[in-house]
Amino acid sequence: MVEFTLPKNSVIQKGKHFPAEAGATRTKQVEVYRWNPDSGKNPRIDIYHIDLDQCGPMVLDLIVKIKDEIDSSLTFRRSCREGVCGSCAMNVNGKNTLACIKGIDEYKGTIKIFPLPHMDVIKDLVADMTHFYAQYASIQPWIESQTPAPADTERLQSPEERKQLDGLYECVLCACCSTSCPSYWWNSDRYLGPAVLLQAYRWLNDSRDEHTGERLDELEDPFKLFRCHTIMNCTDTCPKGLNPAKAIAEIKKMLLVRQEG
Amino acid sequence: MTQRTRPLSPHLQVYRLPLTAVISVLHRMTGVLLAAGLVLFVICLAQIPAGSSSFQAMQSFIHQPFISLIIWLMMYALFFHLCHGIRHLFWDIGEGYDKILMNYYLILELFGSIALTGLSFLFVQLGS
Repeated sequence: MVEFTLPKNSVIQKGKHFPAEAGATRTKQVEVYRWNPDSGKNPRIDIYHIDLDQCGPMVLDLIVKIKDEIDSSLTFRRSCREGVCGSCAMNVNGKNTLACIKGIDEYKGTIKIFPLPHMDVIKDLVADMTHFYAQYASIQPWIESQTPAPADTERLQSPEERKQLDGLYECVLCACCSTSCPSYWWNSDRYLGPAVLLQAYRWLNDSRDEHTGERLDELEDPFKLFRCHTIMNCTDTCPKGLNPAKAIAEIKKMLLVRQEG
Repeated sequence: MTQRTRPLSPHLQVYRLPLTAVISVLHRMTGVLLAAGLVLFVICLAQIPAGSSSFQAMQSFIHQPFISLIIWLMMYALFFHLCHGIRHLFWDIGEGYDKILMNYYLILELFGSIALTGLSFLFVQLGS
């Protein structure tokens, strides 16, 4: 449902202020969303001044430094630090991205870091992804086929068939796109969202998959698929440069082509 | 242990909407505005067969500067809605999704809507 304001328990308050160490010459002001489930208080914004001469180049390095040296209670997800695991997805200066592949020097002035938008917060920058993953599971992200696999080889694809998966297989399910989508904010209970729909298209487009019809049946729904209104936030924000909006359009086209039969 | 309700992370409060999203919102707003404006349009039309005195009254009403400004804004809203609607048609056939061309099409449709409004203005001025 459309709700423009935050619920009472989610309204953000002022937090602590951590000045830069003495002698720091090149500092960056960083504001980070903080919420501790044990505090019983509302979320707050803590302000840190970081010495860039003592910090790595990426936004992820900033928050790792804060956790290591200033406030060890700061909580966030991270793993690969090279944009292939999708863990450190967060909202940086109003746009969702992977903190590990975003350079600090790409931002002028203060860097403001929030968890992925319109999600339940577990702690600080960690959002509850349960529903997102359940939606992903619902599209059956694996090959479905009746034909038995060849006895002594894999199921082969021609280079052209393999090419069909380019721009789709690279998705790391970081949820940057889905949580950037106003349609997903208001209707995530029933709308699958750009990330899951791009994945759905990835399996529709796989030459080895034999359940195209069943998959389209599942998606032919006013909410699951058709809540996409081409707002384009997904394509705009994808840190991997993919195009979920285009994938959704292709699914809509497949449904139409099937109707024309 | 009691279950604490988790806060909702900020969305509209922090998200910096890209231009395409702003245009999308405007498309909806102009749609609602135009639907409401249609009622006013019908009221104006109804004055024509209602006799010369009501026609005169309507005439002098819509020629007030403020009212004609509103009418021209409605005109712009109509052309903007039309131009973005055409873009939606392209999207529906799976075209125009290239990220680098996103703002290029946006400028095209804004230019188109301004040009169409300007042309209609000229047309009306020349006619009167």
